[in-house]
Amino acid sequence: MSISALLSMGRCCCRCCCPRGLWMLSAPCCDDRRMCVCPGPRRIGIPVRSSSLPLFSDAMPAPTQLFFPLIRNCELSRIYGTACYCHHKHLCCSSPYVPQSRLRYTPHPAYATFCRPKENWWQYTQGRRYASTPQKFYLTPPQVNSILKANEYSFKVPEFDGKNVSSILGFDSNQLPANAPIEDRRSAATCLQTRGMLLGVFDGHAGCACSQAVSERLFYYIAVSLLPHETLLEIENAVESGRALLPILQWHKHPNDYFSKEASKLYFNSLRTYWQELIDLNTGESTDIDVKEALINAFKRLDNDISLEAQVGDPNSFLNYLVLRVAFSGATACVAHVDGVDLHVANTGDSRAMLGVQEEDGSWSAVTLSNDHNAQNERELERLKLEHPKSEAKSVVKQDRLLGLLMPFRAFGDVKFKWSIDLQKRVIESGPDQLNDNEYTKFIPPNYHTPPYLTAEPEVTYHRLRPQDKFLVLATDGLWETMHRQDVVRIVGEYLTGMHHQQPIAVGGYKVTLGQMHGLLTERRTKMSSVFEDQNAATHLIRHAVGNNEFGTVDHERLSKMLSLPEELARMYRDDITIIVVQFNSHVVGAYQNQE
Amino acid sequence: MMFYRLLSIVGRQRASPGWQNWSSARNSASAAEAHSMALPTQAQVVICGGGIMGTSVAYHLSKMGWKDIVLLEQGRLAAGSTRFCAGILSTARHLTIEQKMADYSNKLYHQLEQETGIQTGYTRTGSIFLAQTQDRLISLKRINSRLNVIGIPSEIISPKKVAELHHLLNVHDLVGAMHVPEDAVVSSADVALALASAASQNGVQIYDRTSVLHVMVKKGQVTGVETDKGQIECQYFVNCAGQWAYELGLSNEEPVSIPLHACEHFYLLTRPLETPLQSSTPTIVDADGRIYIRNWQGGILSGGFEKNPKPIFTEGKNQLEIQNLQEDWDHFEPLLSSLLRRMPELETLEIMKLVNCPETFTPDMRCIMGESPAVQGYFVLAGMNSAGLSFGGGAGKYLAEWMVHGYPSENVWELDLKRFGALQSSRTFLRHRVMEVMPLMYDLKVPRWDFQTGRQLRTSPLYDRLDAQGARWMEKHGFERPKYFVPPDKDLLALEQSKTFYKPDWFDIVESEVKCCKEAVCVIDMSSFTKFEITSTGDQALEVLQYLFSNDLDVPVGHIVHTGMLNEGGGYENDCSIARLNKRSFFMISPTDQQVHCWAWLKKHMPKDSNLLLEDVTWKYTALNLIGPRAVDVLSELSYAPMTPDHFPSLFCKEMSVGYANGIRVMSMTHTGEPGFMLYIPIEYALHVYNEVMSVGQKYGIRNAGYYALRSLRIEKFFAFWGQDINNLTTPLECGRESRVKLEKGMDFIGRDALLLQKQNGVYKRLTMFILDDHDTDLDLWPWWGEPIYRNGQYVGKTTSSAYSYSLERHVCLGFVHNFSEDTGEEQVVTADFINRGEYEIDIAGYRFQAKAKLYPVASLFTQKRRKDDMELSDLHGK
Repeated sequence: MSISALLSMGRCCCRCCCPRGLWMLSAPCCDDRRMCVCPGPRRIGIPVRSSSLPLFSDAMPAPTQLFFPLIRNCELSRIYGTACYCHHKHLCCSSPYVPQSRLRYTPHPAYATFCRPKENWWQYTQGRRYASTPQKFYLTPPQVNSILKANEYSFKVPEFDGKNVSSILGFDSNQLPANAPIEDRRSAATCLQTRGMLLGVFDGHAGCACSQAVSERLFYYIAVSLLPHETLLEIENAVESGRALLPILQWHKHPNDYFSKEASKLYFNSLRTYWQELIDLNTGESTDIDVKEALINAFKRLDNDISLEAQVGDPNSFLNYLVLRVAFSGATACVAHVDGVDLHVANTGDSRAMLGVQEEDGSWSAVTLSNDHNAQNERELERLKLEHPKSEAKSVVKQDRLLGLLMPFRAFGDVKFKWSIDLQKRVIESGPDQLNDNEYTKFIPPNYHTPPYLTAEPEVTYHRLRPQDKFLVLATDGLWETMHRQDVVRIVGEYLTGMHHQQPIAVGGYKVTLGQMHGLLTERRTKMSSVFEDQNAATHLIRHAVGNNEFGTVDHERLSKMLSLPEELARMYRDDITIIVVQFNSHVVGAYQNQE
Repeated sequence: MMFYRLLSIVGRQRASPGWQNWSSARNSASAAEAHSMALPTQAQVVICGGGIMGTSVAYHLSKMGWKDIVLLEQGRLAAGSTRFCAGILSTARHLTIEQKMADYSNKLYHQLEQETGIQTGYTRTGSIFLAQTQDRLISLKRINSRLNVIGIPSEIISPKKVAELHHLLNVHDLVGAMHVPEDAVVSSADVALALASAASQNGVQIYDRTSVLHVMVKKGQVTGVETDKGQIECQYFVNCAGQWAYELGLSNEEPVSIPLHACEHFYLLTRPLETPLQSSTPTIVDADGRIYIRNWQGGILSGGFEKNPKPIFTEGKNQLEIQNLQEDWDHFEPLLSSLLRRMPELETLEIMKLVNCPETFTPDMRCIMGESPAVQGYFVLAGMNSAGLSFGGGAGKYLAEWMVHGYPSENVWELDLKRFGALQSSRTFLRHRVMEVMPLMYDLKVPRWDFQTGRQLRTSPLYDRLDAQGARWMEKHGFERPKYFVPPDKDLLALEQSKTFYKPDWFDIVESEVKCCKEAVCVIDMSSFTKFEITSTGDQALEVLQYLFSNDLDVPVGHIVHTGMLNEGGGYENDCSIARLNKRSFFMISPTDQQVHCWAWLKKHMPKDSNLLLEDVTWKYTALNLIGPRAVDVLSELSYAPMTPDHFPSLFCKEMSVGYANGIRVMSMTHTGEPGFMLYIPIEYALHVYNEVMSVGQKYGIRNAGYYALRSLRIEKFFAFWGQDINNLTTPLECGRESRVKLEKGMDFIGRDALLLQKQNGVYKRLTMFILDDHDTDLDLWPWWGEPIYRNGQYVGKTTSSAYSYSLERHVCLGFVHNFSEDTGEEQVVTADFINRGEYEIDIAGYRFQAKAKLYPVASLFTQKRRKDDMELSDLHGK
């Protein structure tokens, strides 16, 4: 459904809306926003770039004209936002087809009766609009920048003796929330006991608990899987005798990227069990560790641990609730491991890794290093059908969703798609009340006959870096659904090289006046000026993803409007966006190549 | 013969500049290769580099009578930066020595055509420096007053007058300008060829297409050069290799560090205007717009110094690359905009070419000349910061004098290679620093500017500690020194906003530090000082020091002596304090930037005696200055030893314990004239001693202070500093330090004869202290240094440093007073009477302020006693 369609329905939808207070009465599950997988999609598919939004055109439909004056008035906007939030839930309740929400859940019919409009929302807001005059509202460029840059992070691989010997120059990362709180996570770390660097983006659904846990834990599982036997022994011995441990990972974190202190001990114990098993499994024969295998094992093991921890529970009630939240929510993961010229990408779900390649003529081309695990991927459809009996062939993927509900076909967590019905019921019953009260967790997917339907096993691709491979973009689907991969690579490529790799101008024999040259240069500079606003490639990409107009250039007005959407509305227009741009060191990569 | 072949190339090139008929030049060059001659096997001097610097040195050396000179050029003569140079000769420089070099160059080039018969394209166009802001105008006015006193005509003019002088200029946004009518344009390649031709006629042998591979050195002395065409034995080698000088310096077995780095530099050439510009059209420098514009063959030539320079050749490349550099129009865009704003009518003018000609820059924007501290006979002249043409003549002359006489006729310390050490020669440092230096060419030069790049290289162990307490830093010789400490509740302006010629924003902060130094006690980290130890098995150390230093060093153990290290002319090569640690070892403290120079001087003059050991211990000690009347209390509490003057007289040095730390060298001296102590602390104890001092000092009101407070204190007490106030052309007698010279100490010392003569004849200049009378600190321009001094309306000299004295509540300037004869302009003897009987004025950017001259410091500053009834409650407050 396009936004215009949505908006044309605006007026009638509003009629069936109710203020927040009423909704809260009817839906206690919404108390906990994190766990709340509200009855109805949080994401309405808006092909943002495909049409110019009527929202931003001069001829605004009546309800949308309200959006902007209202924001100025904080209190009012909250009311409005809430109302609108509900309104879309209802919209979705009544709409059978919602294309892009990752997880869809049709509520118990009872809800519909609860949600009957008690009061006409239109009048409700009208009544409070007396103070606001229809004025245009814009964020100033500095305000826009402060929003865009709030989560940006850059890491430069330190130079030794004026030289960087790593194949990575550094990376830029950033994220822009649409959900509140954001459900995406990102991680980056250098492996200290082996060579190489790990980078990953994680897109959570049904809350951020799972993506948070995966972002904290996955790299440890990978690093441990990569460790040689002796190192594992050394670490285990150190734990056993209470000595200081070898550090495994050097994290590169933005201050907002937090780790949960409470679960740290639990996580450590699970990890330790893993390496103990690795130690026991070692036969002392093979010394070469296969990165691909290590990545697969790590993914599967972590997902297994998440599942087990939820089944076993924890005496601490907070932790007990936490592990359940982690297990009942879900997350996709796209992780890159770079060691010298060896680049492995392990992907589970619909985030994507894209390599930026600079051709000899200076132009940019995109090489996809991961496959999306969703309905658009024929091989995934094939796999699912093979894994389940023929009788389920029609129900396993419905409306492009797993069991008609879940968009990604592979994910961490989401035990609703993995556990048997018995197990689910048992855990929920013995679980804390909050869990019991949550309609979503209690709800068993339809046509649930032969679990598991979902796996966290990643697809691993290998790429040997070449000097023309300049950078890697890891991003959640929030980016890829708004921008074409070719545009992404071109924008990052041009950003990273500045204008120097733009075709240089040469006068060479032509008659050019100073004035003409000046005009030409000014034009080129304006084109590039947006580049210089950002010190971070990921920020630059987000600026384009959110603010691009139909001509592919950043439109400040549009950017400003998109960023001033209240948090409840933002999710309608975009998904959380998380981006990591890794820049490669062509000199070092070239040197590797020459060695052979 | 060689020379005439070269001339034929010149002949072909002269009609049109080199870049136009590159191919024809190349043909003739390859023809030249065919009959290259064999190199001589030996010579007195080998000069490397056939640009304007090399040819100028050859020219001046041969004029001064040295004939046995070989000049080697790797490509063709005048082919590097010299060839591409924009050809502007400008005397408006910030340093007096640079003004003098440019002035000499101007006069030299003016008569060169007559002397050699080679056309140099010399045209006296004059130049106009535009000011878009009041601050820029102040800067120009300062230059203007200095130009005038050395006899270069110049004047400040109104925008209206600018429009009259140059009809294409848009003058609407200008507030004024400076006109220097005698500046010129000239073809630098032709100048170099003319100089080469004159040198050649004087016997200098010139070989092109000959590369110097490295310089051969034996026992720290140049013995010859290895070229791609064979060896030449020589006594002197001169490195004039321009942007390749750094690489060449490193190619030796004993590397010579010449810190410079090239940046790309762009300028634009156009076709002639419809009514071609006259060749006498003045050159325009619009520093606020970052551009220069000169007339060129009826059209214009315009380039500039952009904010975002492109450093080049960091990894060292061969010369061929310089000819294949790309034009970069996008990079030039800001300068082009600036040009069209300044001359809107040029819109329709047709472009001919954008030239990319790399220029060489140095870490402090001053050129590099002089002898290597490591290799005797290895001279350098390079790093011209894109003013090679302006400096070429003068710099060549000074270097030639230096080689022939052992020293140049002017003080060139500001340009001396020895101001740098190996620490400035990291490629990364140079690359980063020149990116800051190049834009600085046209940035406003304000007092107390600190470089922002290449910092935190050398630091004291207390750096982090002080930084956390709000220290703001300046850098000297790579060493971070605190300027002042910003209290937690105070905010200072951003870097760019704090640029001012008026009262700075830290005024109150420094005032409270100064007050604390005078009334309580302050700690200043002075670890940057150069520290040497001289030890011997017998009396050798004393003997050599007695010969090198003017004061009597045969003092009882534990005494400290202030003394100068003089040259033959009696001038200060170094001004230092020496403590006699025991009979056979001495501890010597010199200014920070003396580390290389003083070491080289001592090494050169000390006998090669294995029993005599000279060691640089700068890095071993952290120096803390406890300054103020309560310093004695703090120290005695920390050491449980009586520190009163009876037990610890002034200028005394003792090793003692401070806190837990033992072996701290405590010296009862300060560098400001306040009571106090210097603590020389082995670095591993530094943090401990500092912590102890601060915690014990609490009850005495201790606080941190920085160099700005120190500066205010020392200048108000007439303490001259080497490198700022005194230099190698200043004798002790000229700065009132007779007491530090023991002419009759029983043995000869360097400079004694000169001093004896001076004592007999009297001095020709005298360091004097000036207290500004009618100067409003809040509203008037602050003095800096280099301001002209007028006595009874006559120019008598320039200031060397200045500071605000918080006690006198006046500005104090130090400066030299000369006595120029009114008839002949000759220097005459300066007597105390002459100084005392004058009415003085100091010229700050064209405004003259009345000043009182003093030969001795104000006595009241030294008596610190406060009367009981002056005490206030606020004296009880912690500082």
